[in-house]
Amino acid sequence: MAHIQLPEGIPGILGPMAFSPETAKPLNQLAETLLRAPSSLPQADREMIATYVSAQNDCHFCQSAHGAAAAHYLGGNEKLVGEIKHNFEGAAIPDKLKALLAIAGKVQKDGKLVSSEDVARARHQGATDQEIHDTVLIAAAFCMFNRYVDGLATWAPTDPQLYRENGKRLVEEGYVQATASLLGDAEN
Amino acid sequence: MAHIEFAEGLPGIRGPLAFSPATTKPLGDLVEVLLNGPHTLTPAEREMIATYVSSQNDCYYCQSCHGSTAAQHLGGGAAAYKLIDQVKQDYEAAPVSDKMKALLAIAGKVQKGGKHVTTDDVERARRHGATDKEIHDTVLIAAAFCMFNRYVDGLATWQPRDPDIYREIGKQTASLGYARRDWKKPLAAATTK
Repeated sequence: MAHIQLPEGIPGILGPMAFSPETAKPLNQLAETLLRAPSSLPQADREMIATYVSAQNDCHFCQSAHGAAAAHYLGGNEKLVGEIKHNFEGAAIPDKLKALLAIAGKVQKDGKLVSSEDVARARHQGATDQEIHDTVLIAAAFCMFNRYVDGLATWAPTDPQLYRENGKRLVEEGYVQATASLLGDAEN
Repeated sequence: MAHIEFAEGLPGIRGPLAFSPATTKPLGDLVEVLLNGPHTLTPAEREMIATYVSSQNDCYYCQSCHGSTAAQHLGGGAAAYKLIDQVKQDYEAAPVSDKMKALLAIAGKVQKGGKHVTTDDVERARRHGATDKEIHDTVLIAAAFCMFNRYVDGLATWQPRDPDIYREIGKQTASLGYARRDWKKPLAAATTK
């Protein structure tokens, strides 16, 4: 049971967002900008960073929701998403993404653990200042989202199909629109 | 030296905020609502939660800025700054309300990980009068500062050690808030938005 009174049957972060629309608005805008706005980093890569950090933080809802979005971008490749969560160094992804995931993993533990070697590795693979900035902020933001979702003891469904459907929605509609339509559906 | 190139002379989070205006807007809006929006918890109390979490995360810049902002909201005198130090060191013994102690305990659990918050923690807060909104906002402030601390430290930003800088930042923030700020302005000139 959630630690506060949240609308029934609404999964994960959506319950708190329905409870507190004034904070949901900038949170969704942040997610939209970080994960979907035009960038030299593909949306798939950014969702993979979010998923990896959420898995490191052991947040079931977040890693499932963003893992499903990542898989959707990758044509349904859930196996690759699983590999990224468990062993990204051995996964079939570009070296630059591995270097950025290594930075994200350090941020997840503590920002001070990001070393100049970690950054040099990413630069060696062609990462720009913007890409390094965004990796750090995505990782940091998911340390927030994961704590928000788990800190209020929200309901995390276990049905993978639900996450597949939501993942598709996030990819097609984005964070602002998908939240509005999912909460609208829940009301009806 | 910072991990990426920032404009000269901007301390802590200001370098990253100036670097990335598109993400700065929602970050500023979030903090403004969380720490300054109309609320049953005062801005000083909410800044105290942010400061406590930042000190638990050992983020020098964040705990100094928000500690100073909290102190400025309480009048800015030596006693106010001392209170903030007490809250950071041992909030259970500090002269703050029992409700605040219960909320700080929740914030401390969120800092470690959301799943550390127990029903006992929440019941303690409710026993001292905490509402759903106060509990929600405590969790989100703590979570958000786990983001900000990692953002500031993860990019190895410049974190000055001069207490006068933080006194000034506290005054500016207490008066101007977080939204629609021009973070590119050097500190001395940043007295207006």
